[in-house]
Amino acid sequence: MNLTLKIWRQSDAKSQGKIVDYQVKGIEGDMSFLEMLDVLNEQLINKGEDPVVFDHDCREGICGACSLQINGEPHGPDRLVTTCQLHMRMFKDGDTIYIEPFRAKAFPVIKDLMVDRSSFDRIQHAGGYISVNTSGNTIDANAIPVNKDDADSAFEAATCIGCGACVAACKNASAMLFTSAKVSQFALLPQGKIEATDRVLAMVNQMDEEGFGNCTNTGACEIECPKGISLENIARMNREYLKASLKG
Amino acid sequence: MSILDSKIPEGPLADKWTKHKNTINLVNPANKRNIDVIVVGTGLAGGSAAATLAELGYNVKTFCYSDSPRRAHSIAAQGGINAAKNYQGDGDSSYRLFYDTVKGGDYRSREANVYRLAEVSGNIIDQCVAQGVPFAREYGGLLDNRSFGGVLVSRTFYAKGQTGQQLLLGAYSAMNRQINRGKIQAFNRHEMLDLVKVDGKARGIIARNLVTGEIERHSAHAVVLASGGYGNVFFLSTNAMGSNVMAAWRAHRRGAFFANPCYTQIHPTCIPVSGDHQSKLTLMSESLRNDGRIWVPKRIEDSEAIRAGKLKPTQLAEEERDYYLERRYPAFGNLVPRDVASRAAKERCDAGFGVNKTGEAVYLDFASAIQRYGKEKALTSGIHNPTADQIRELGEKVIEDKYGNLFQMYEKIVDENPYKTPMMIYPAVHYTMGGLWVDYNLQTTIPGCYAAGEANFSDHGANRLGASALMQGLADGYFVLPYTIGDYLSHDIRTGKIPTDTPEFDQAEKEVTDRIAKLMSGSGENSVDYYHKKLGKIMWNKCGMSRNEKGLREAIEEIAVLREDFWKNVKVPGTANSMNPELEKAGRVADFLELGELFAKDALDRRESCGGHFREESVEQSGEQEGEALRDDENFKYVSAWEYMGEPKDAKLHKEDLVFDNIELKTRSYK
Repeated sequence: MNLTLKIWRQSDAKSQGKIVDYQVKGIEGDMSFLEMLDVLNEQLINKGEDPVVFDHDCREGICGACSLQINGEPHGPDRLVTTCQLHMRMFKDGDTIYIEPFRAKAFPVIKDLMVDRSSFDRIQHAGGYISVNTSGNTIDANAIPVNKDDADSAFEAATCIGCGACVAACKNASAMLFTSAKVSQFALLPQGKIEATDRVLAMVNQMDEEGFGNCTNTGACEIECPKGISLENIARMNREYLKASLKG
Repeated sequence: MSILDSKIPEGPLADKWTKHKNTINLVNPANKRNIDVIVVGTGLAGGSAAATLAELGYNVKTFCYSDSPRRAHSIAAQGGINAAKNYQGDGDSSYRLFYDTVKGGDYRSREANVYRLAEVSGNIIDQCVAQGVPFAREYGGLLDNRSFGGVLVSRTFYAKGQTGQQLLLGAYSAMNRQINRGKIQAFNRHEMLDLVKVDGKARGIIARNLVTGEIERHSAHAVVLASGGYGNVFFLSTNAMGSNVMAAWRAHRRGAFFANPCYTQIHPTCIPVSGDHQSKLTLMSESLRNDGRIWVPKRIEDSEAIRAGKLKPTQLAEEERDYYLERRYPAFGNLVPRDVASRAAKERCDAGFGVNKTGEAVYLDFASAIQRYGKEKALTSGIHNPTADQIRELGEKVIEDKYGNLFQMYEKIVDENPYKTPMMIYPAVHYTMGGLWVDYNLQTTIPGCYAAGEANFSDHGANRLGASALMQGLADGYFVLPYTIGDYLSHDIRTGKIPTDTPEFDQAEKEVTDRIAKLMSGSGENSVDYYHKKLGKIMWNKCGMSRNEKGLREAIEEIAVLREDFWKNVKVPGTANSMNPELEKAGRVADFLELGELFAKDALDRRESCGGHFREESVEQSGEQEGEALRDDENFKYVSAWEYMGEPKDAKLHKEDLVFDNIELKTRSYK
């Protein structure tokens, strides 16, 4: 198939960006969206032009690096996939596709389609851990039994890949789904309960400092999340936060 | 005596590690605050090492090319992590895990290292649970296990098909705790471009800030390389796009010996290549072979008809199918180790029986498992006369519960429903057992330069067992390196901060900037990918699943020619002092073009078949094992450690003889 691409080009954080049109030909349905961009870049390199910069790495939907806003949706039109797993069979010959970076104040553009998501890391630095030493003198693993349902729910929350689609989908650019996934994982496990108060306060505080917006329960984040992280986590974080605030 | 000193402690196997820990030097907490350690790579090995070293009190700087340590490729590991916990009471022990690992590695690994790995494996699980890693559990609340290929016990801990992700996020959280305390400085979107030696010791690195293009100097008292494997020398592999050999190769060029480069694991169950545009390959977990049966048509005409789209696999009757693994290996059937399964698939496809349009695919069929589970489920659900449709539906549900995420991934990529029509799979490059040579302390041949995880060579011999990579990465990082590095650093308590304004750093930085300038000055005929794909083709065709002298000699020649052409004609757009992903790729491919040649040279030297390394000249000539791989313990029971001497063709071979005091060397038979 032949496609028209309208791609956001921006040479660095300080420059003004703009949409530039490109044509690609001979795209096959079996190609992933990023392989289609590889074709475009090969074409640009051979013409002596600057290739389009985008984040990507594992190309199997787990590292969370890829981050494109495709026709207005994070990771494009398919559900429960990252951009690298989106296949071109979702498009038709002659389609025009808009490709932009994830947009949020807390995700400044680095170049073209690549954004800086270090704000996510800083939220994790603030409290996304259990303070246990790693030198190997802990108690036996089976000395901490965990109810299977809680363990499964903790796992579901822990599958967040930190891609930022939730923020890009949200009209408030809120990072509540991302932050609540980690808060939930630990809130559901006995190991995490000890530091629960400090953790939720520190992480929410950092989230606010980074300039993410608040949650107004629109639910777009859950729909666009490639891992299907549930809104229930936000509710759980709100409960944890309220509890923690009362404790002080 | 060889110049390679493995420094294996004296004494009985089971006591070596404890005794060693009790006798090595320690650094007191106040002095640790004056010592800096650089960790390159933040996957399971690097992340866990960085967190532990920082917690002990050292000042740690981490480097990774991703925007966050959480994206390291350890995250993609699916199946699980082994540990000799014996929670199932099925007779597991440190010795059994040690034995299985040495045997699975075809007797080409070091006994003492493997035993230590088995010994600390249980601790890893304790540690991860304490960190909040959500492993799968049973209804009683205790941890669940499953089995993996090549072993007789259930010792694999898992978190659905995302065990690597959960373990990596555990190590990342431990790092975050130290970042928050200021004990780790994380340099993300940075790439190590060279190792700096001062008075023969590793004392720092030259790194490039990938956002600004700036070249930076970083000093430390020791450097840990945990930069992963080099599977991307094949261009197509299950590695991440950015996975590369640069850190290890730069250290090799500075004097670290490179061990067993030819030991590569080609995983039997990956989604086949669909066309020339393909950028990477996707693994389907080994666990699928528990329920899937592998086959190709018995008649070559049927394979041709399938390739031409005139026949569907479901139209072939049972007797028209060749379940070749069950036929050739009745004892292990579809669960033979990875190297054996991969070669058998290649053999059938080379003979013309392959089933997709490229002729390079075999079927992995769940139909009989669906029937079996469906009937069982009907009985336990009290359905007495189930219809064929009911059985199928119930069976599909069981399969979905076990492998749902993998089936979904397959359907997204291939656009076929694997519940209804058999999956197509083909082997792909997955893991590299070779890597930097290290002694028992994980130190390379450069004092102060350590290698951990997939970047070193030490534990898997010539073939790695499933669920052992995660175990090794975390063992090295959490439990081995933090002890052994202290022994070395205890001599550095009076050294003081290492300055970076010295001739050694000047020289290393100049070499780095000259090299970048040379990459940018190519005549501009071909893109980096053009060369990478060409290299990959040579590697796959001549250094892949089966190798012979003629092909390897050709590969050595062809890679040298390609490398020369690369340096003359590669086209790198943009500038060196700004973000430039093409320049990053060019630097990595330049190193692959050297490593690839050494790989072929190593494979040529090893005139035996062992593990993932299969030499067509070395096969059993008669008897039950006729046609199977023939290991040659008399002549090749050694580790090949290559010393850099300029061109890869001039690399000098050093041999570390492998001594087996505790295990009897046997032929691996799966018949």
